[in-house]
Amino acid sequence: MRKEFKHEPLFHISKRMDISTAQKWIIRLSAGILAVLVCSLIATIFTHNFGGFFKSMGSGTFGTAIRRWNLLEKLAILLCIALALTPAFKMRFWNIGAEGQTLIGCLVSAICMFYIRGSIANPLLLLISFVGSVGAGMLWGFIPAFFKAKWNTNETLFTLMMNYVAMYLVTFFISFAVRSGSGVLGYQPFGHLPLLQIPGLAPTGQKFLLTVILVAVLVVLMYVYLRFSKHGYEISVVGESVNTARYIGINVRKVIIRTMLLSGAICGFAGWLLVTGARFTVNKDLVGGDGFTAILVAWLAHFNPLGMLLTAFLVVFLKQGASQLVTDFKIGKDYFGDVITGIFFFFIIGCEFFINYRINFKKRTVKAAASSDTENPSEGADEPSAEAPTLPEAEAASEEAVAANREVE
Amino acid sequence: MDKPIAIELKHITKTFGAKVVANKDVTMDLRKGEILSILGENGSGKTTLMNMLAGIYYPDEGKIFVNGEEATIKNPKDAFRYKIGMIHQHFKLVDVFTAADNVILGEKMPEYSVRKEYSRLQKKYSEQFREIRSQEKDYIEKGGKRFSKEHDDLIRKEARIVTRAAIHMGSLGWIKLWKHAKFNHLSRYRVQTLQKIVDTYGFELDLSKKIYEMSVSEKQTVEIIKVLYRGADVLILDEPTAVLTPQEIKKLFDVLRKMRENGKSIVIITHKLNEVMEISDRVAVLRKGEHIATVLTSETNEKQLTEMMVGKKVDLNIDRKDPVDPKPRLFISHMTVLNKDGRRAVDDVSFTINGGEILGIAGISGNGQKELLEGIAGLQKVQNGEVIFHNPKKDKPVTFYHKSLKKIKAMAEEGFFHYPNGEKVDLKGKKKKEIVRLVNEEQILFYEDEIINLKHKSPREIQQLGIKLSFVPEDRLNMGLVGNMSIVDNMALRSYRKGRSIFVNKKKPKSLADKVIQELEVVTPSDMTPVRRLSGGNVQKVLVGREISSSPKVLMAAYPVRGLDINSSYLIYNLLNRQKEKNVAVVFVGEDLDVLLALSDRILVLSGGKVAGIVDARSVTKEEVGLMMTKKQEETEKEETENA
Amino acid sequence: MFISFLHNAIRFSTIFMYGSTGETLTERSGHLNLGTPGTMCLGALGGFLGVRIYLDSVASSGQMNGFLAVFIPILFALLFGACAGLLYSFFTVTLRCNQNVTGLTLTTFGIGLSNFVGSSINNTGFSAVSIFFRTGFVTKTNPNAFENLFLTYGALVYLAIILAIAVAVILRHTRIGLNVRAVGENPATADAAGINVTAYRYVSTIIGSAISGLGGLFYIMDYIGGNWQYAIDAFGWLAVALVIFTIWQSDLGILGAILFGALYVAPNYINTGTAGYIKELIKMLPYIITIVVLIITSIFGSRKAQPPAGLGLNYFREER
Repeated sequence: MRKEFKHEPLFHISKRMDISTAQKWIIRLSAGILAVLVCSLIATIFTHNFGGFFKSMGSGTFGTAIRRWNLLEKLAILLCIALALTPAFKMRFWNIGAEGQTLIGCLVSAICMFYIRGSIANPLLLLISFVGSVGAGMLWGFIPAFFKAKWNTNETLFTLMMNYVAMYLVTFFISFAVRSGSGVLGYQPFGHLPLLQIPGLAPTGQKFLLTVILVAVLVVLMYVYLRFSKHGYEISVVGESVNTARYIGINVRKVIIRTMLLSGAICGFAGWLLVTGARFTVNKDLVGGDGFTAILVAWLAHFNPLGMLLTAFLVVFLKQGASQLVTDFKIGKDYFGDVITGIFFFFIIGCEFFINYRINFKKRTVKAAASSDTENPSEGADEPSAEAPTLPEAEAASEEAVAANREVE
Repeated sequence: MDKPIAIELKHITKTFGAKVVANKDVTMDLRKGEILSILGENGSGKTTLMNMLAGIYYPDEGKIFVNGEEATIKNPKDAFRYKIGMIHQHFKLVDVFTAADNVILGEKMPEYSVRKEYSRLQKKYSEQFREIRSQEKDYIEKGGKRFSKEHDDLIRKEARIVTRAAIHMGSLGWIKLWKHAKFNHLSRYRVQTLQKIVDTYGFELDLSKKIYEMSVSEKQTVEIIKVLYRGADVLILDEPTAVLTPQEIKKLFDVLRKMRENGKSIVIITHKLNEVMEISDRVAVLRKGEHIATVLTSETNEKQLTEMMVGKKVDLNIDRKDPVDPKPRLFISHMTVLNKDGRRAVDDVSFTINGGEILGIAGISGNGQKELLEGIAGLQKVQNGEVIFHNPKKDKPVTFYHKSLKKIKAMAEEGFFHYPNGEKVDLKGKKKKEIVRLVNEEQILFYEDEIINLKHKSPREIQQLGIKLSFVPEDRLNMGLVGNMSIVDNMALRSYRKGRSIFVNKKKPKSLADKVIQELEVVTPSDMTPVRRLSGGNVQKVLVGREISSSPKVLMAAYPVRGLDINSSYLIYNLLNRQKEKNVAVVFVGEDLDVLLALSDRILVLSGGKVAGIVDARSVTKEEVGLMMTKKQEETEKEETENA
Repeated sequence: MFISFLHNAIRFSTIFMYGSTGETLTERSGHLNLGTPGTMCLGALGGFLGVRIYLDSVASSGQMNGFLAVFIPILFALLFGACAGLLYSFFTVTLRCNQNVTGLTLTTFGIGLSNFVGSSINNTGFSAVSIFFRTGFVTKTNPNAFENLFLTYGALVYLAIILAIAVAVILRHTRIGLNVRAVGENPATADAAGINVTAYRYVSTIIGSAISGLGGLFYIMDYIGGNWQYAIDAFGWLAVALVIFTIWQSDLGILGAILFGALYVAPNYINTGTAGYIKELIKMLPYIITIVVLIITSIFGSRKAQPPAGLGLNYFREER
């Protein structure tokens, strides 16, 4: 008996097909809490003050009105880029060029502000820079999409390289336009987004109100677009199975190009918001990695625009809080935010494993649980001969198995 | 029965989920130097059982004995250790490697234990050292001088041994690494060893050919050589003949017999009775995961085996009605479709598909069936030839809106028009006024046949032309359905474009889904369940249900019952028959000749991408069809060799 | 002038060589590691820490041992790179997370951590250590053309070339290489053949990441002479591009890296007069060339120029 036990695999990992939404969120939430705890412990190493971490986090994000508005503005931009990426990623188009698509939007806005200046009315200038930015973003999205659609060119690296092309275009523009050679384009006084004010609220920081409203509208629009529209449906089909898409007569190339045009356009829009609404200038690090962070934000929310509200908020909260922490405790330079978001992401990514898989420990006492793993019979469907049992009651059976399993656990 | 037992399975049980029992309390044995067939229907647990021997699954209960000793086979590696090798139906080969590379892949490195080597060297060097030491002692005892030249030499020798030992023993780790990383893994020696195996069993294979350049049977050969090279004594072949031509099957069987002579034990998983009778010494029959019996082939017959396999006598009487008024619906003429590698998968094929009948397509799988159907459906580029859709419509009156008077006259002369009573229209000598009157009174009629060439039309364009062409592809979850979407969403695939709204209307797909679930008895928790989570038969029901819901004019189904249990299969047959009665042109690609003969009205036999013949399914015999599937191939092969 | 240009190009190409050699090994095992930029940053951080630790252990700069001054940072860079590889493999192999997402996270984390810690390390005395890194076979002030092109580089340059060739030879000709390629091409087959897919992916990724890490060290200690700089991630991305550019052959990677290096240093050798902005356009060239190569290989891609078939896909045995 002992010998046999020794030889049996210690545990067995199987795919989990059924997990309630509540369970999923419990796992994710606990991973998030764990991540924050680990971050705070790491911060404590540098600050020697455990409570200080949370205090700085809180005060850095919600301490003053300006900070709150800053948080909202950063959230809006990050969310906007994440929204832009969502349709592309749903289509399984690995667009990691959001950084460049946004930056090129920023660049065109800045060019408009720099050359047109006050020669025309502000709304007109805004309109021109809007059209230009969105158009530039679309172009940046279109180029890789065209080659992907036509020759199946690897989009991951293509879009990545496009980021750097955009970056050097920015430095090119600056060194071309700023003849002093300082390499810095100063504050541009024209072409700002109009200020909205909520009456009765302190005016501090409300310059970002319009940005926030525009992005909020975009969230809803994108949710509706993906969830209910025909385009959204086509995107899902292409993402899940190109063959099936072809089979039902979807023009896959058209969908790829159309979706990337949309994706690029929204990125360009984000760039426009960033320049005309908050920064009023451009430099090559203006987007500051948000293009990459947005990928993670969108992925973690499973491409659900409403879920992204939460993930984007958490990321911005951590980053801004961390930079406050750095100022409060004077620890090194301002890269601590990246460390903390990195750790946070690792935890959240890792927790997906526990959502998708079940670990069965092969112990005698829980034999019943172990043997009733809910491996699905139809998984062998791509292998026609696979003798995976095709009994009709398989489904019902596995449902019961889960119930039984929960009881055992 | 006097042969010694190689492998024994005792009370093996394997379940997937709580109630799905793949194998239940199976006890059987395999002897040395025999060929054992494992016979069973689809889903009877044959492959699962053998996968437990190959280390792919681990049994829930029961024990496996190899050569009388209890064995624990957790993974394929363990299986190798017990000299068990399995040739899967889906070849596990690396496409970009050569045959030889694939064979030696994962080969166990020669054992090299640093510790053992260390003690061996320690022994060796200390012996040498002791010897010199004793020489030195002797020398001193004999009164030799201490710092003389001879003495120095001895001392130097001692030192040399010590250094050598130190260097050698110190570098054992590196030696081990070197042995592992050995260059030239395909030294001449190895190719020779491989070539020897190739020659011994009479394989025909170029060992330096890349896998992606190989035919299916060559790939299978590589798999078999791989297993033999590992020194397997037990070979398990999973449906080895499914993808082979008769000649290749013959060659394979010759090889298997030679292996048996060499004392190997061979297990063949199959559901083809004639092959069982031809090759095996004993037959083990499985039914619904249970071992029914193991019998000597010489003492049984096909009928008895069938009874054991299916439990009760199967009545293959599919209710086939005579086609009512079959009219040509699709003309395929000189159609050529290239496959991925640029070879002609469908080669100059011409035939007609009639409405109201079932056209069966027979052939060994991979002889162009897939490309033929996809070519018609617009999913593959048709290189040559035409695909013409023909939809006869009722008599239509001629109008001046469409044609000028002059044209009407000219066409009348060619005999295109007729009167309501069927008489041919002759406008010769008639005055213009009268013709105008006839036309305005809609007295001149013609057959407006819808004749559309589908060549170079995409599926979307075909749809837009209003041609209702339904297609049930063979790989359901890869093409046709979206695994991660719910049944409702999958129903929407065909119809989501309808309507001007930019939003997808989910109401109709939902009611369709519920209808299909109810009428076809789809077993599912709800209509929002992702299709991937359904079992094979239910997936197929969803797909077929959707495809026939659009009341198609042409319905093409590729292997629609593959992987389905008998009940579901019959349900599908009935559905196809009902479509035929609705005057639909049904194309049925099948692999089971009995079914093809019982279900189809006509049978088109494909061989090597060419039409080997079109026969009447009611009068033709199974043997005749079988002959056509193979005969043509020989001819084409002959041609190829001549060309080469 | 031309010789000096080529010299600098080769010297600069070392960063890409390390990155692409490591990434080639990683990708051949089926891991599309987008964490390479982060890994290179972490390697640089490791090296930086190594130098600090070594400097703290010797009493004065006069007592420095040239070999140890180079060897200890290399060891640290390897260790940090390997840790990054371990982290990546743990997430993609053991936890089966999406490779792209894990890679991007690793990059964020690596850039963040290395810049956070790296910029706060006291780097006094580093320029002295950097001299050891830069010491080549010929140290005279006026080397002739041959010596300048081949003998005046620091040890890390030669090591990069040796590693690139070694990885290519191992992948192509040895048994281990065969197994690595099998794991990257078709993990299910490799598994069935008894190759431990998990172990091979772990080890290839860890070794590959360790090699990549050296690229960061080279940049920090040799190329810019012991200062911390936030630029390594950009080279990391180019290294990833280089792998595709050289169709997964690390020996070709040497030539590709030199080309990229040449394009990178070219602006310094072009006299643009007042139109300095032209240089910015030249700096863009490596990225544009990579894009062009991507397009060309995708249009005329032969079977041999294709990426490993299993690239980017995690392997789970029961998911056949």
